[in-house]
Amino acid sequence: MVLSRKWLSDYTDIDASPKEFADKMTMSGSKVESYRCPGDEIQNVVAGRVTDMWRHPDSDHLWVCMVDVGEGEDLQIVTGAQNVKVGDMVPVAKHKSLLPGGKRIEKGKLRGVKSAGMLCSLGELELDTHDFPYAIEDGIFIIQEECAPGDDIRPIIGADDVITEFEITNNRPDCLSVIGLAREAAVTFGTELKLHEPVVRGGGGNINDHLKIEIRSPELCPRYTGRMITDIRIEPSPKWMRQRLRAAGVRPINNIVDITNYVMLEYGQPMHAFDYACLEGGQIVVRTAEPGEDIATLDGTPRALTPDMLVIADGKKPVGVAGVMGGENSEITANTRYAVLESANFSGVSIRKTAAALNMRTDASSRYEKGLDPQNTYPAVQRACELVELLGAGTVMDGVIDIVAKPYEPTVLDLCPDRINALLGTDIPVDFMVKTLRDLGFTVEGERVTVPSWRSDVEHYSDLAEEVARFWGYDVIEPTDLRGGGMAGGLTEKQSLERLTDSVCRGMGFTEIYTYSFISPSDYDKIALPEEKRKSVTILNPLGEDTSVMRTSSLPSMLGTLAHNMLNRNMDVRLYELARVYLPGDEPLPEERLILTLGEYGGYDFFHLKGAVEALLRELRIPDVRFEAETANPSYHPGRCAVIRAGGDTVGVLGQIHPAVAANYGLGETLCAELDFLKLLEKRAAEAMYEPLPRFPAITRDIAVVCDSSVTVAALSDCIRRGGGETLRDVQLFDIYTGAPIPPGKRSTAFSLTLRSDEKTLTDDHADETVKNILALLESELGAVIR
Amino acid sequence: MREKLEKIKSEAMAALSAAAASDKLEALRVKYLGKKGEVTAILKQMGGLSPEERPIIGQLANQVRTEIEAAVAAKASELEKKLMEEKLRLEAVDVTIPGTPVCRGHRHPMTIVLDEVKDIFIGMGFTIAEGPEVELSVYDFDKLNIPVGHTVRDRRDTFYITEDEAVHLRCQTSPVQVRVMEVQKPPIRIISPGRVYRKDEVDATHSPMFHQFEGLVVDKGVTLGDLKGTLNTLVKKLYGPETKTRFRPHHFPFTEPSCEMDVQCFVCGGEGCRVCKGEGWIELLGCGMVHPKVLAGCGIDPDVYSGFAFGVGLERVTMRRFGIDDLRLIYENDMRFLQQF
Repeated sequence: MVLSRKWLSDYTDIDASPKEFADKMTMSGSKVESYRCPGDEIQNVVAGRVTDMWRHPDSDHLWVCMVDVGEGEDLQIVTGAQNVKVGDMVPVAKHKSLLPGGKRIEKGKLRGVKSAGMLCSLGELELDTHDFPYAIEDGIFIIQEECAPGDDIRPIIGADDVITEFEITNNRPDCLSVIGLAREAAVTFGTELKLHEPVVRGGGGNINDHLKIEIRSPELCPRYTGRMITDIRIEPSPKWMRQRLRAAGVRPINNIVDITNYVMLEYGQPMHAFDYACLEGGQIVVRTAEPGEDIATLDGTPRALTPDMLVIADGKKPVGVAGVMGGENSEITANTRYAVLESANFSGVSIRKTAAALNMRTDASSRYEKGLDPQNTYPAVQRACELVELLGAGTVMDGVIDIVAKPYEPTVLDLCPDRINALLGTDIPVDFMVKTLRDLGFTVEGERVTVPSWRSDVEHYSDLAEEVARFWGYDVIEPTDLRGGGMAGGLTEKQSLERLTDSVCRGMGFTEIYTYSFISPSDYDKIALPEEKRKSVTILNPLGEDTSVMRTSSLPSMLGTLAHNMLNRNMDVRLYELARVYLPGDEPLPEERLILTLGEYGGYDFFHLKGAVEALLRELRIPDVRFEAETANPSYHPGRCAVIRAGGDTVGVLGQIHPAVAANYGLGETLCAELDFLKLLEKRAAEAMYEPLPRFPAITRDIAVVCDSSVTVAALSDCIRRGGGETLRDVQLFDIYTGAPIPPGKRSTAFSLTLRSDEKTLTDDHADETVKNILALLESELGAVIR
Repeated sequence: MREKLEKIKSEAMAALSAAAASDKLEALRVKYLGKKGEVTAILKQMGGLSPEERPIIGQLANQVRTEIEAAVAAKASELEKKLMEEKLRLEAVDVTIPGTPVCRGHRHPMTIVLDEVKDIFIGMGFTIAEGPEVELSVYDFDKLNIPVGHTVRDRRDTFYITEDEAVHLRCQTSPVQVRVMEVQKPPIRIISPGRVYRKDEVDATHSPMFHQFEGLVVDKGVTLGDLKGTLNTLVKKLYGPETKTRFRPHHFPFTEPSCEMDVQCFVCGGEGCRVCKGEGWIELLGCGMVHPKVLAGCGIDPDVYSGFAFGVGLERVTMRRFGIDDLRLIYENDMRFLQQF
């Protein structure tokens, strides 16, 4: 909402600088977005009278003018315009003057002739012929206003106003009007609100002899108020009205249209004028559209209407989309003699839906959709008629047709001053509460508060608390600490482990990323995800295909991020993300599963990432972890992928991304792991108790065995553990060797064994015996022989 | 003999002080103190002395021997020290050569701020509540006093999953508050951080997915003053104890009274500049007293309990904290960006 301070002063006298006005209004709840003084852009420009002129000696189109600017001595100014005559009053930008847009004017010479400034056109003052219809665009602005040479141009062209722009919240459509903001300003600054009751003389015959109004959808149109005007004379509206509309950002058109816009801005009530001659049957019917009906709206666009849309119709056809835009078929034209003025109240939800369906959000519809005051239709139409008479735009007919389809019932509340103070943590006197509410238009009788019709947002004592608080001052309410202390705050076990995981990952060199939860369906193709895993939560109205499904896999996000880094030549990248995937099931809501995803490229191999995963699992105390070859996960290299099992259950997958999948992202050798975080935590072991340090020394023995390459290290070390008995405390792989002299298809695997007893120092004989047993078992079970 | 001893001593001392290497020192020790050394030789000749002289010369000889021994030891330690110094000198390194690189990961700036926020609230007795991102409209709208037909429920603003609009991507983390209030009796002190979704095109300040942390306190006698106190604590801990705030009236469907909290512009200190668009203040969060309808809808008697709630955009706080000027950087995850944290 854009407010002119001049217009505001019709309703209340505020003596405050633009900044002070903005600050105080903001703090009482009408947030000021910005303010400007258009006149500040114009400096040292005055009215001047042309006293003499002759052709420039060196030009066939320039003129040399002598201009009286009230300084005793006339200024000599050269102009290229052809519409200036001696005796004309013109805007003169003197030496060192400033024009809108930051343009500076200085004296100089034009083709050798001195010029002490510039004569201005409308455009140079940021005006057009809507502001001054008697002027021309293409030439100097010949001023017809009352003024004398030397007068500051700003009041003459209405550029001496202060324009304040407010951000009005959705609950306060009443503040989308000069009167609404005047009421707020008056209470904020403690000034008097000067409301005005419109006076209409009438005299143009009786409306009831010409027009009938019927509301067939009372739920969608609680009230419809109409008046008629005859003998319309379409012409430009006067300067004061044009300037106020212009200040509010509305283009002046002609007197009738300007009046409807003026009243909308002043009263907050949208209005529309129909050409009576175009209303068949002399009637207005407010109804929903019939199937198949359509209308061309004022913007010239044909619109198909649907039966849930409210229209204004005559006896036969729609003549307007209610609350959105009038129809071309009943538009006011230069030939209009009779007009019907509509001032109606419509259901906000209905208007919003219609405007959205027709994709035409208008000034009127954006007001209606917030829910307007049903009691405002009558005063607004009266004001419009008053202005018609004031401007001589026509003759108002006697009588008002005011159909109330749904009677208005005011909201009545209890004041509850104690509860208001308890809620705010204040000690505000009841007198202050009562005065504030009364100033805002509430009726207060004892404890009984009647809410004004324009404040449908107030429905509870807590709403009254806000009304009181915002004028008491949010800033004088004392900040206090929470009482009742003693609440045990803290992280849950899961939340602590998330933090632990963060720090372990970071410590191992992985950097955290944040990626979008939604991906493109084509991402599933890129990672070759099996069909059965693609069933996703799909967004009905996505921004685009790229963000249209909720991911069932975190891999596309990770690979996409790695690819982005590759593209930016980051050569060594290791990332992790702890975030959700969304798995639809039978419930209305999907399962949101927390996944830890690791990804890296830049000279790393399978075992590098596996080492990191192992370290993380140790840190999280996940016991009984096994890695098993996984050849069937199409996102991964079939020979370099493992499922991760803990306590027998699958908790994740790890491996080198399949080269074809990596290539889809423009990546080379890339490693990723995906871990089901909550499943992992289920497996988490209890905190370890202290074990006494060994009292007896350990013996180590190294063994190397040769067997088929297909025998896994896990199988070998399992076998060693079983063969080693209880004194075998540790088995560490330290070498794998293939090549001569080992026969093809076989490999040599070397382990370091640690033997120790808690009862005694072990003997070499015992160690030899143990190794012998191990070797025997290795040979019998796995065909592995000592090298 | 006395003169002889004095002479030996002065010769020995001179030789010792001139000795520059440990092998030389050993030779001197043998020369004077060894079995065939000069002092030993004197002691061996003691037999030829008169009984009166013997103790005197003996004492003198022993004294000379002790002194030479001490001098040898001192010289030895001096030489050893020199040797060590020389060794250390040779071992010296250029300490300006960079250290061996240790691969270090980085916390995302959003996590840095969020962890800090969590800790601030934990310190005030809060716990952290979580909930689904794909949410029922009942929790995200109806129970938050956002009726059907309200603009935020529009398909232009909210991502819907089901045609009947019963399921959508939550546009705030407030449904978590509703879920908590339905199962937990007051007193309640929670914050609910998480991802939220609104239908905004990506640009420098908008993203269809972003993060919020919201807070909720419900108890007997909770006031607007408590809300101000709690949020002042948050801001002073996040941005420093001198940070100034202001609370402005505003409107949200689920709070009444409602406010927006601004922090004084950290660039101009309230004078008005480009960063704060001349206002002197930067809008940080929305908050208010929980609407009685919301409390009642969650089974909490608004005649007994009151509460406050607030919601903060984590991106906004993070960007302000680190001077990040483009929101897209947060989701691009470029290493050149992330490794700055």
